[in-house]
Amino acid sequence: MTPQTGRLGAAVDTVKPVASGAGLLDVVVDAAEHVADQVVSLVLRRIDGESFPEWAPGAHIDVHLGDGLTRQYSLCSDLNDREVLRIGVLRVPDSRGGSEAVHEKLVAGTPLTISAPRNNFPMIDSRKYLFIAGGIGITPIIPMIEAAEAAGREWRLVYGGRSRHSMAFAQSLEDAYGSTKVNLYPEDEVGRLDLNAILGMPRAHMLVYACGPGGMLGAIEDLCMGWPPGALHLERFSADTLGAGSVSAPFEVELAKAGRIVTVQTNESILDAVEKVGVRILSSCRAGLCGTCETNILSGTPEHRDAVLTEADKDANEVMLVCVSRAAAGCDRLVLDL
Amino acid sequence: MTTSTSEPIVFTGDPYNEEHLLNPYPFLASLQEAGSVSWLESEQTYAITGYDEVYEVLTDFETFVSSGGLGPRDIRKDDGWRPPSILESDPPIHTLMRRALTGVINPGTVRALRKDFTAPAVSLVEALVQRNTFDAITDLAEKYPIEVFPDAVGIPQEGREHLLPYGNMVFNAFGPENYIYHQAFAEGDEHARVVMNACKRESLTDSGFGAGIWAKVGEGLITEEQATLLVRALLSAGVDTTIFGIGNTLSVLARHPEAWERLRKEPSLAKFAIDEALRLESPFQKFHRTTTVDTELGGVGIPAGSKVQVFIGAANRDPKKWGADANEFSLERTSSGHVAFGMGLHQCVGQPIARMEMEIVLQQLLEKVVSIELVGEPKPILHNVLRGFESMPVRITTQR
Ligand code: HEM
Repeated sequence: MTPQTGRLGAAVDTVKPVASGAGLLDVVVDAAEHVADQVVSLVLRRIDGESFPEWAPGAHIDVHLGDGLTRQYSLCSDLNDREVLRIGVLRVPDSRGGSEAVHEKLVAGTPLTISAPRNNFPMIDSRKYLFIAGGIGITPIIPMIEAAEAAGREWRLVYGGRSRHSMAFAQSLEDAYGSTKVNLYPEDEVGRLDLNAILGMPRAHMLVYACGPGGMLGAIEDLCMGWPPGALHLERFSADTLGAGSVSAPFEVELAKAGRIVTVQTNESILDAVEKVGVRILSSCRAGLCGTCETNILSGTPEHRDAVLTEADKDANEVMLVCVSRAAAGCDRLVLDL
Repeated sequence: MTTSTSEPIVFTGDPYNEEHLLNPYPFLASLQEAGSVSWLESEQTYAITGYDEVYEVLTDFETFVSSGGLGPRDIRKDDGWRPPSILESDPPIHTLMRRALTGVINPGTVRALRKDFTAPAVSLVEALVQRNTFDAITDLAEKYPIEVFPDAVGIPQEGREHLLPYGNMVFNAFGPENYIYHQAFAEGDEHARVVMNACKRESLTDSGFGAGIWAKVGEGLITEEQATLLVRALLSAGVDTTIFGIGNTLSVLARHPEAWERLRKEPSLAKFAIDEALRLESPFQKFHRTTTVDTELGGVGIPAGSKVQVFIGAANRDPKKWGADANEFSLERTSSGHVAFGMGLHQCVGQPIARMEMEIVLQQLLEKVVSIELVGEPKPILHNVLRGFESMPVRITTQR
């Protein structure tokens, strides 16, 4: 089993009891629009007429689809327009029905319950950015581009997909920013993204933000081992594997040495929560990239979200990186050697 | 660029005179006071001492390149004394070597070694606690890495006595060609020959880091020559640094009995103690970069083709970054962000190994030693760029 973080257009299904109240928002589909082959864009508005809470590039929401089915989608709307949220959803035929439900049932006027925006893919300020998107992985990148542009940062987008028709938002991005900054790679016209060429020459003060299918991200991870530690930030999604679930409920962490129990809220990391009660953990990147905060697990099952542990390590479940990894769905308490 | 730049302050002190090598911090403080970036008359290089400026040099690897060598000479102009490896290369050559090395040395592969690395520490410390006094350097810090690291790389038993003298050459060459340098190079050819031999595929065991690096040749990532140079990089960069890392940590803790007591109660703080000790007594004190373009740093204009010398030991004690008590050891401090392992592109690949070695030794000591104190002043080593001790007599008390 290799649990992966799931989110985004082609997200992982997460079955969990619908938490009542806290953090949930009632919305209505304001507009549903086909933006590419198999991709629908949904614009959501609050039923109570209020604005949405502030959110930052990389954020996602849980969409509750009934029958306890929750799926997560990255936000790809205008950061400054708090009246609406937009998500892009890819229809995945062999999924457990999440995206099918979205495509079939959600038309303009449909009421829906969502979570408040949360962010596991935050954008760190830097002088330069390289954005790499594969398919529907473009969605979290769009607000990042907007933010980079607004801040006057140097950036470039490399966006690959099967064909022009399948690449959501490709044309509007190219129209808005020009083909020097927006490099489109429709596979049927120009072949696959040449990641070797794109990442073969690390640049100083440049961060790489990547989102797309697992195979592509694996290759990017491998190439970025030649980049400065911490340069790569990625968000995984997987169209067809069922992960342990991106836990969207709080869970408990027992600190065996300190003899304490800490509740980790959905919007904080284990590291944050543990530090808050005054127990120190050595950490450095706080983004699952450097391995400094590696912690022994005494019991419980984690959901690994880091880019450091090997698959074998992840399966062994003996250690975890507490800056990003969490408790797996169904594991209410992790006992850590802290 | 519209930034106004000024001429650097000219500093006349010599970082390489004996007094400053043996006791670097008062000198570094005055160098830093002269400016975060200044002109070192004696070396004809720019001295970079401010934390922010050092950070900038290390992270802007396009402006401040490594291919000119980590020493004062531009090795592109006059061929260095040995072919450059990962440390003295830039992307895209560096990129391939770094990918190969990180594929082999990473938290996962290092964790797998913990057991192998623990047993020798247990027996070393068990033997030492039978005695009231011992030398923390010659009896411990120098012994431990030499026992575990060459096995982890997988080099032959024969010729290991050349590793320390070889490391001594490599690092001293990052400073000027003074008498210390010449002493280090006295039997240089022989040390270099033996070490290069140990890096060959046929010399290495099947399971060590060395074999892992050679496997990357099979994968088409690096050439055979690069594989040899990468194994050599491990052997040159991985021994002396860690010895001094262990010794320096103990030198700090022997002066802080209250910290020792606290660490015994809360052994999970050992990692913080090590980090803070590395900040305060950084083993790798200084090295160079070469500018590719006219640039500006800390308000000072630096022309293309200049050598700049990065003073890690000054950056890690910069009061602007660490506060007025920057010269003090504190278990409370968050020392992460220190540059003892470098920063950015060339940041130490061996960091997980070095940290594990230091942690294992310290944990063993904390388990068995109630208190540790100096019985004489530690004797600093006379070295161009490394900071460490050649002897440090200590007295310990143990549980009875
Ligand atoms: C406490 C112990 C150590 C310290 C203080 C240390 C320090 C450093 C520093 C400051 C750099 C960066 C140099 C630069 O930016 O030009 C570096 C690079 C390097 N270190 Fe370490 N090191 C230690 C242990 C080790 C060990 C155990 C190994 C081998 C396993 C190792 C292998 C390397 C290599 C191969 C590089 C070059 C990386 C590159 O250029 O990309 N080091 N080290």
